[in-house]
Amino acid sequence: MLKVIQNRIEQGCKTSNYPLEPINLYHRYRGLPVIDSECSLDIVQRCADICPQDAIQVEAKTIDLGKCTFCGQCEVEGEGAFARFSEDFGLGAANRGDLITQGTLPDLAAHSKQEFKKLFGRSLQLRQVSAAGCNSCEADTNVLNTPFFDLSRFGIDFVASPRHADGIHVTGPISKNMRQALLDTYDAVPSPKIVIASGCCSISGGPFYGSDEIIGDLNSLIPVDLYIPGCPPHPLTTLHALLKFFKQG
Amino acid sequence: MDNMLKITNGQAIARASIPLVPFESFFTSLSTFVKNDGYIVQFFAFTEEDKNFILAVVRNSDLYVISTEVGSIFQSLTGQVSEKFHMFEREVAEQYGLRPDGHPWLKMVRYHPNYTGYPDVFDNDYAEEIPGNYSYFQVKGEAIHEVGVGPVHAGIIEPGHFRFQCAGEEVLHLEIQLGYQHRGIEKMLPTMPMKRMPIICEAIAGDTAIGHNLCLCQAIESLAGMQIEPGASITRCIALELERLANHIGDLGALSGDVAFNPPASYFGRIRGEFLNLLQVLCGNRFGKGLVRPGGVAHIMGEEQRQLLRDKLAEITPEIEHVCDLLFTAHTVLARFEHTGTVSKEMASDLGLVGYAGRACGLAYDARVAFPTECYQDLPANSNKVTDGDVNSRAWVRREEIMHSLQLITMLLAKHEALMEEEKAVQTRPVNLAADSFVVTVNEGWRGEVSHAILTDRQGDVQRYKIKDPSFHNWTGLAMSLRNQGISDFPLCNKSYNLSYCGFDL
Ligand code: SF4
Ligand code: SF4
Repeated sequence: MLKVIQNRIEQGCKTSNYPLEPINLYHRYRGLPVIDSECSLDIVQRCADICPQDAIQVEAKTIDLGKCTFCGQCEVEGEGAFARFSEDFGLGAANRGDLITQGTLPDLAAHSKQEFKKLFGRSLQLRQVSAAGCNSCEADTNVLNTPFFDLSRFGIDFVASPRHADGIHVTGPISKNMRQALLDTYDAVPSPKIVIASGCCSISGGPFYGSDEIIGDLNSLIPVDLYIPGCPPHPLTTLHALLKFFKQG
Repeated sequence: MDNMLKITNGQAIARASIPLVPFESFFTSLSTFVKNDGYIVQFFAFTEEDKNFILAVVRNSDLYVISTEVGSIFQSLTGQVSEKFHMFEREVAEQYGLRPDGHPWLKMVRYHPNYTGYPDVFDNDYAEEIPGNYSYFQVKGEAIHEVGVGPVHAGIIEPGHFRFQCAGEEVLHLEIQLGYQHRGIEKMLPTMPMKRMPIICEAIAGDTAIGHNLCLCQAIESLAGMQIEPGASITRCIALELERLANHIGDLGALSGDVAFNPPASYFGRIRGEFLNLLQVLCGNRFGKGLVRPGGVAHIMGEEQRQLLRDKLAEITPEIEHVCDLLFTAHTVLARFEHTGTVSKEMASDLGLVGYAGRACGLAYDARVAFPTECYQDLPANSNKVTDGDVNSRAWVRREEIMHSLQLITMLLAKHEALMEEEKAVQTRPVNLAADSFVVTVNEGWRGEVSHAILTDRQGDVQRYKIKDPSFHNWTGLAMSLRNQGISDFPLCNKSYNLSYCGFDL
């Protein structure tokens, strides 16, 4: 017992004050890209050539955050002339099209449905479904339950049964072998229900795009309400998206 | 053993030098080898000009390679020689439609059509998208009941199906059917441009992003004749150890949570995050994605990063010691950990368990010591005191490895600081690979032996890419741990192994 108390004192309180106080991530973290629309097409082309995810549209000078793994190669290749990645972890979007960006995203709070806020703003129960996720997405979702993030203080919880859930949070590129189980889980959630696509895998197939063993785009199976980009999304990206989408505005 | 070729970890050889022997001598050589403390690193099929071949890489204190040509049926080694082959032969059957004759339980591994278009060995109809659609091994009897769990589990965890045959609370048999995470990685890799390969390999198993990607990059470097700078090598080792720390610490926390002792569960849960944040300090990603690239590392560790690492380690090392002490001296915890899910050393050796699962049973193999890559030959080895094969031993091995890794990182940081030359960050560029070559790479990921193998063709393109996650060996260990255990001990046993679903499913 003494050891329990000693450790408790040593550990102290580690829960962050986010969102009341901002959190600054280390500068090597790559969040929302800052894109220079004046950048010469040559450089954008070079960046597009080196991009492993085929995420850069040269003429439009955009990056598709639904495909991007935030590997940062385009930043190095163009020495920042085309894109630089900021520490802004607010990457969630309500529409797939908004993720194809020139460096700005619409305010998520203003774009979420009022009805969702009314229904789920005070209590949101989600069922997580890993559909061929590599376990980084899953792990960094799980981390929201650790003391630093402490998700449940916002009335948001991940639950075991889809019957108890208000929606599903899907990670992974949706292998053919998980398709049926994913659909069954979705069907088991009572309506009205929410679908969240988390990580570039569930948005576009991510690193596995082009494989004939995956479905890729979750929205082609069931209608997606909220997109959370990243590979994996930083826990704060997920937290930010959930708070904006369900609680603010 | 005379007809096998001794090879070196991570050194490409000409394909022509790989011994190609008649099947009988392949069979006898491998039989003798695995019966004398030999283990399988790789055992896979490939086709060329309509002929089928099987290539094996095996290890004792050295690595050896041997290959043979087979027809559409070959004599199973599992049935007559050793269980070590059982999963590999099933994989050969699934990927290439070749039947290991006499395999005692020939069933699919990941549930997908084979690559060759041969008739399916398992008579599956892949229009049915359910790997679990299969008649499980059943125990019959009046008091026997069956419990099915998954694929979707009650938590934030990857999918897989567990089928228990129970008499009351006691598990007589556990059968594990995976494949739900199958993304077709081995099939897609040979068709991929170089720029996509590291990204894919980092996502084979996201918790082993460094381990798997190291295997890829070392293989490419060897085939392309690239040299890497000492500083990059040190950074790679630090990243691999940070990955080990994050996972071991997370698992100790989860084990604590599974026996309802909550303080260490929350403390370790948070401390695990500190190590992920250190990977983010190195490369901007909490899982080390984007760090290791063919030719070196994409982000240089400078004095700023070294200092952040040093400060954080100084701050959390005592905390880790204290929380470990809290966990490992609590009687309620020991009562649940000890004598639960025991696998004997003999069984572990028969199955060929690797990593902490093997070491907890007394199989000392650690690829960092046996086949060191990067700077591991200059670093001290770890040893384990508690090796009884139970949950407690698997937890103790983690504890010892945590302390060892912390020590390694301190040494590596000092080594890095003492380096004189300027380092250069690398980007993934198209490279020319040596034609008609073969390379196998082995690294000790946090779960154990991770290995990749590449065969190139006459043009120097990747013809066959083979991946093995340690989970490929160890899932059977979990199944054996459950024999004659209470079914309520399953979560605890499972967590003590914490195996990869996607690393297995590929
Ligand atoms: S950061 Fe995104 S856009 Fe840039 S190269 Fe990587 S994947 Fe492509
Ligand atoms: S998005 Fe990235 S981190 Fe998430 S499952 Fe896919 S590969 Fe893994």
